[in-house]
This record gives sequence, C-alpha cells and structure tokens, in this order.
Amino acid sequence: MKIIIMGCGRVGAWLARLLDADGHQVTVLDIDAYSFRRLRFPGLLSDFKGTALVGNGIDQEALRKAGIEQTDVFFALTQGDNRNIMASQIARHIFKVPRVICRIYDPLRQEMYTTLGIEAISPTAIFAQMLKEKLES
Amino acid sequence: MYIIVIGGGRVGYYLTKALLSEGHEVLVVEKDAGICEDIREELGSISLHGDGCEAATLAEAGTERAKMLIAVTGEDEDNLVACQVSKHKFNVPRTIARIRNPQNEVLFKMLGIDVTISSTNVILEHIEEEVPTHSLTHLLAIEDSEQELVEVKIPPEAATVGKAIRELSVPSETKLTLIIREGGESLFPSPNAILRTGDRIIALTTHAAEERLREALTGA
Repeated sequence: MKIIIMGCGRVGAWLARLLDADGHQVTVLDIDAYSFRRLRFPGLLSDFKGTALVGNGIDQEALRKAGIEQTDVFFALTQGDNRNIMASQIARHIFKVPRVICRIYDPLRQEMYTTLGIEAISPTAIFAQMLKEKLES
Repeated sequence: MYIIVIGGGRVGYYLTKALLSEGHEVLVVEKDAGICEDIREELGSISLHGDGCEAATLAEAGTERAKMLIAVTGEDEDNLVACQVSKHKFNVPRTIARIRNPQNEVLFKMLGIDVTISSTNVILEHIEEEVPTHSLTHLLAIEDSEQELVEVKIPPEAATVGKAIRELSVPSETKLTLIIREGGESLFPSPNAILRTGDRIIALTTHAAEERLREALTGA
C-alpha cells in the first residue's frame, strides 16, 4: 500500500519503520529535517528505506508533492491536535484519500471529529484506560 | 449580540474594541495569560484565559448563547477547529475564520465555516487598487454568491474609446451597473452610452468572466 505519515516524532518514525519493514511504500512528511534522524536510530527496528520529505502537512502543495493523490492511507501524527485535524480533513475532503487516521490527544475533540467522519484516536484516553486496568488487575 | 473572539493578538484586540464600541457583548479567549491580562487592563473584564479550540473552554465562555464566533488567531488550523467545535458542539449560528493561506478558503467553506477572511487576499487586493496600470480592480465580493463587483478603467489608448456599449461583446454573465466619468459625473450604462477615456465602469461579474469582461471593455 501507499502510505503517507505526517509528523516524524517518536510514534510517526516508529510506525514508518514498521510499515516499511512490512513492504509498504511509505512517505514521511515533517516540517523539520532533523526529525528524520529517528528513522535511522539503531536498535529494535531495521532502517527506513522509504521517502522522507520536508514539508507542511496542512499545505496542499506539500501534500501533492508527497503523492497524496495516489496514496491509500494517510496518518496525521504531529504534536498539534488542530494541525492533525486540519490535515486529515484536507486529505479526506480535498484529496479523497480512502483511509485517514488521525491522532487527537484531547478526548473531547477526538469524540467530536469521530462523529464528523474522521477516524480519530486519542492516546490520552486509551493510555489512561490501560493504566487503570493495570491497577485493577 | 453576544460575540466570542478567539485570539487576542493585534487583530483580535482591535476587532474586540470595534465590536464593543458598537455596543456588542464581547468575550476574547486567549491562550497567553499575559496578553489576557493586558486586554483586561485596557478593555475591562472581557477576556478569558484558555484554549479556544477546547470544548471545555468554550463551555466556560458560554458559547451556547453566542450568536457569532470569530476566530482570528495567527494559525489557520486553530481558527478552523475553534469554528468547527463552536458550530458542532454549541450550535453557534455564524462562524467567521481568519485564514492566512488563501488555498484554505475552499476547504473552510467545504467544512461549513460561514465566512472566511483571507488577510493575504485582502492585502493583495488593496495593493492591486493602487497599481494604476492594472485596469480591473476588485471592489467587493458578494457574500454567499459567486458574484463580485469590479471596476474597469478605460485607458486612453483603448480600442473601445468612442464606441457605444451595445457595440461591445460584454459576457452574458456580467452586468454593467454604472459609468463614472473623469470629474465624478456618473451615468447608467445604457446601450447607447459612449465610452470615453478615463471612464470607470462598475460591473457585477463572476470570477470566471472577469478577464473576458476586461477585454470587452478595454479592447485588449
């Protein structure tokens, strides 16, 4: 599959390497080239062999350059909830990407955008729930 | 009318001041505690410290009774989310967003934002008006329609000088509404009105027909 990941933080880079190792065609987009070092951190995962592009994921030109018109999946994983929300809506409504997955830290916004048709995941709610279950087990 | 302004920067500050002087009830939501304090000192207790994109902050602001929410932070994504949350969670009837990247205009409209103001486009249009060599100027975009009001100036060398309006092939989707002569005299552009050098023609047109209208009136 063709996959675009916006945001090369810990999660974005880790996911990129996992998907790349599985044989997917992955493009990573980040506004800071320095973030791409995470794609080569030695350790548990093999090095990333896909494409790393400097660009702003809420800029339609940058998304076009990253190949959004042909992509099957778009992940929005920057640190900013609103940036992720806007990029996801561009991917979905302007470029009609078949699958768009968006990280939203704020559980309230996550719930609202889910009802608006964005596949949104809140790590905050999931992780808090996990910790609670750890305590109870 | 109760109006919420998101973002207390320069635009937010002067907007709030103007709205207050028109007698509206205004609340500014600002992330930065220091800016919030400055607004409080200068304009009174009308600022709320918080993130205007968060439903919790908007609930505290009493957004459900707001008739309008205007998001004027410096970030397009924050303005978009503030407007969407206020619309979908609090049913605010009218949302206005400032946008910096003109490309976002289409997206914002598609996502249900009622009005978008592109600061970049506004500045460009104003500069365009000051450039005398450009014969077509945008005067006004008619809201919620595809139409705009433009002004076309007839240059001295134009092939249409001395011709009557009926001789020109003005695009069917445009309407000539007024001729303003040099010196300020104005007249209705009837079919027999003759164009003169320096005339300014005010016309209603679509964006698509704009260039054809300019060609029809200036002959170039």
